[in-house]
Amino acid sequence: KKSRQTFSSKINDLLARYRKVDEDFFEELEEVLISADTGVATVMDLIDELKMEVKRQNIKDTTEMKDVISEKLVEIYYGDNEQEIESLSLQEGELSIILVVGVNGVGKTTSIGKLAHQLKQEGKKVMLAAGDTFRAGAIEQLEVWGERTGVDVVKQNSGSDPAAVIFDGIKSAKSKQADVLICDTAGRLQNKVNLMNELAKVKRVIEREVPHAPHEVLLVLDATTGQNALSQAKIFAEATDVTGIVLTKLDGTAKGGIVLAIRNELQIPVKFVGLGEGVNDLRPFDAHAFVYGLFADLLEKE
Amino acid sequence: MAFEGLADRLQSTIKKITGKGKVSEQDVKEMTREVRLALLEADVNYKVVKDLIKNIKERAVGQEVMESLTPGQQVIKVVKEELTALMGGEQSKIAVADRGPTVIMMVGLQGAGKTTTSGKLANLLRKKHNRNPLLVACDVYRPAAIQQLETLGRQLDMAVFSMGEEANPVDIAKNALEKAKEDHHDYVIIDTAGRLHVDNELMGELQQIKAEVQPHEIYLVVDSMTGQDAINVAESFNEQLDITGVILTKLDGDTRGGAALSIKAVTDKPIKFAGMGEKLDELEAFHPDRMASRILGMGDVLSLIEKA
Ligand SMILES: Nc1nc2c(ncn2[C@@H]2O[C@H](COP(=O)(O)OP(=O)(O)OP(=O)(O)O)[C@@H](O)[C@H]2O)c(=O)[nH]1
Ligand SMILES: Nc1nc2c(ncn2[C@@H]2O[C@H](COP(=O)(O)OP(=O)(O)OP(=O)(O)O)[C@@H](O)[C@H]2O)c(=O)[nH]1
Ligand SMILES: [Mg+2]
Ligand SMILES: [Mg+2]
Repeated sequence: KKSRQTFSSKINDLLARYRKVDEDFFEELEEVLISADTGVATVMDLIDELKMEVKRQNIKDTTEMKDVISEKLVEIYYGDNEQEIESLSLQEGELSIILVVGVNGVGKTTSIGKLAHQLKQEGKKVMLAAGDTFRAGAIEQLEVWGERTGVDVVKQNSGSDPAAVIFDGIKSAKSKQADVLICDTAGRLQNKVNLMNELAKVKRVIEREVPHAPHEVLLVLDATTGQNALSQAKIFAEATDVTGIVLTKLDGTAKGGIVLAIRNELQIPVKFVGLGEGVNDLRPFDAHAFVYGLFADLLEKE
Repeated sequence: MAFEGLADRLQSTIKKITGKGKVSEQDVKEMTREVRLALLEADVNYKVVKDLIKNIKERAVGQEVMESLTPGQQVIKVVKEELTALMGGEQSKIAVADRGPTVIMMVGLQGAGKTTTSGKLANLLRKKHNRNPLLVACDVYRPAAIQQLETLGRQLDMAVFSMGEEANPVDIAKNALEKAKEDHHDYVIIDTAGRLHVDNELMGELQQIKAEVQPHEIYLVVDSMTGQDAINVAESFNEQLDITGVILTKLDGDTRGGAALSIKAVTDKPIKFAGMGEKLDELEAFHPDRMASRILGMGDVLSLIEKA
C-alpha cells in the first residue's frame, strides 16, 4: 500500500508539469511509453482509454488526471488481482528445482549465479546443473559462478545431452540433500523448433524425476529487447510453462516496458530484476517503481 | 498478437479505396498511420519513425500515390524505398592496413555477440580472403570469457592471444599487436568485454585501447532484437569511439530488426554484416534491401510491389 502511495504522488508531480490535457500532452505520453519499449498495442489502447476517460469526466486540467492515469497503468500490469505475492514458490524440506530458459545472451547464467548466492544467504543448500553443453565456455562460466558463491556444480563434457546433465544433477542433488537445484540451459531463439523441443524434453525429465517439479521455470528477458520479447514469452511459455520472468540489464538506459504487455496478455509475472553483473545485483520486482520508471524521462524533460 | 506486416495493415484501407477511383488526403492519413504503427512494432525508434513518416507523407500526398490505380501497393513501394535508402548500399568490405597487421576492435553491450562474432570474422577472413588472423582476449571481467574465446580458437584451429584475467586490457591489446607482428599475422581481432554505453570508466578503457592500437575498424556489435534503446546505445558508442561499422547479430530469429534503421539513422555508419546463427560460419554480408522487407514484414509481398 505504501509504495503505491509514493507512486501516485510521483505521477502527480509529473502531471502537474502539464497544465492542459491536450493533444500535445497525449502525444508526449505516447512517445514516452513507446520509447520505454512498452508494447505498441498496449500504448495505443491505453491512450485511447485515457482520452475516453478525459471526455467522460470532462477533465481539462492534468491535476484531475492523477488517479486515472496511475491506476490504468498499474491495472495493465496486475489486471484484476493486484498484489498476490510474486516471489519464488519453493518446497520446504524437500528438493526444489528451478529451470532457467531464454534466448541467447540475455543473462541466464549470470542470473543463476546471483540467485544461487541469494538462496544460499537465506540458508538453503543450493546446487547448479550445467545444462548448456553447447556454447563455448558455458560450463566454465557456470563453474566460476559456483566458486564465487560456494555452490556445487554438476557438469558433463561439452557436447553431451543436456537432458542427461540435468538428470545427473537431480540425482546428485537428491543424494546430497540439496534444497534447490538450479538448471542452466543453452540460449536458444524461440523460432528454432528443434531447440525448443530439446528444452521441452529437459523439462519432461525434471517432471519425471521429481513430483511437482520444476517448481519454477524462469524466463530471462533482456530489458534492452524490444517488441520481440513478447514473442519470446509466448513461445517459451508454450514449450515450458514459464512461471516467472527475470528482467536483466535494467542498470542500463533501457526500460523493459514490454513486460507490461507480457503480464497483461500472458499473465506471466516478473519475479526478479537484474541491475548489474555482480553477485548482489538481483532484486525483487516492484511493479509500482517499475511503472514509474517508464515515465521518469517525461519528468526530466520539463 | 502476431506482428502484422505492413501489407496486412494496409488491407482495410486498400479495400475501402478500391472502386472509389480517387484517393483522398484522409485515405493517405489513414495509410501513414498504419505505416507508423508497423514501424514502431518493428522496433524502429520513434524519432526515426517521425522523420520517415514525414517523407513518406510528402511523397504519398503527391501524385505518386494519390493518382495511382493501386495506391496501397504504391504506399508500400514508397515506404520500402525510403527504408532502403536510409540503410544505404551493401558494404561488407573490411579495411586493409597499408603496412603491418590490420586491427579490428569489437565493442558493444553485454551479450550482444562480440566474442562469437570475433570467431566468425576470423573464420571469414581466413576462408574468404585467405588471411591469417590473431584473436585477442581483452575481456578480463566476464567469468570464463577468455576460455570462451580460446575454445573458439581451438574449434577454428586459430591462434588466440591472452594474458589471463589479471592483466590490463590496454596492455593485452598492445602486447597482442607486437605478437601479431612477430608471428606474421595480417589481422588482429580484439574481443572486448561487454559494457553499458553509460559506464564512463569502461568506455574510457575502450578509448585507451583505441589510442594504443589505432584500430582500422571498430565494429559495434548489436543484437537485432534491441528495442527503442538502440538509438542511445549506438549514438553513445559512436560519439565516444567513432565506430567504423555495425554488425547485427541473431538475425536468424524472428525479430523484425527495426534497430538496424535506428542505428543507421543516428550514426550514419554502414551496417556491414549480419549474424545468422551460433555457428562460426554463420556470418553474412548485410543486405539493406532485404532488411527493409523484413522490417516491414513483407518477404512474400515483394511480387506485389513489382506489379505496382
Ligand atoms: N549490465 C548488466 N549485465 C548483465 C546483467 N545480467 C547479465 N549481464 C551480462 O550479460 C552478458 C551475458 O550474460 P550470460 O549470463 O552469459 O547470458 P546467458 O543468457 O547465459 O547467455 P548464453 O548462455 O550465451 O545464451 C554477460 O556479460 C553478463 O555479465 C545485468 O543485470 N546487467
Ligand atoms: N542465434 C544466434 N546466436 C548468436 C549469434 N551471435 C551470437 N549468438 C549467441 O549469443 C550469445 C552471446 O554471444 P557472445 O559472443 O558470448 O556475446 P558477447 O557480446 O561476447 O557477450 P559478453 O562478452 O558477455 O558481453 C551466445 O549464446 C552466442 O552463441 C547469432 O548470430 N545468432
Ligand atoms: Mg549461459
Ligand atoms: Mg564476450
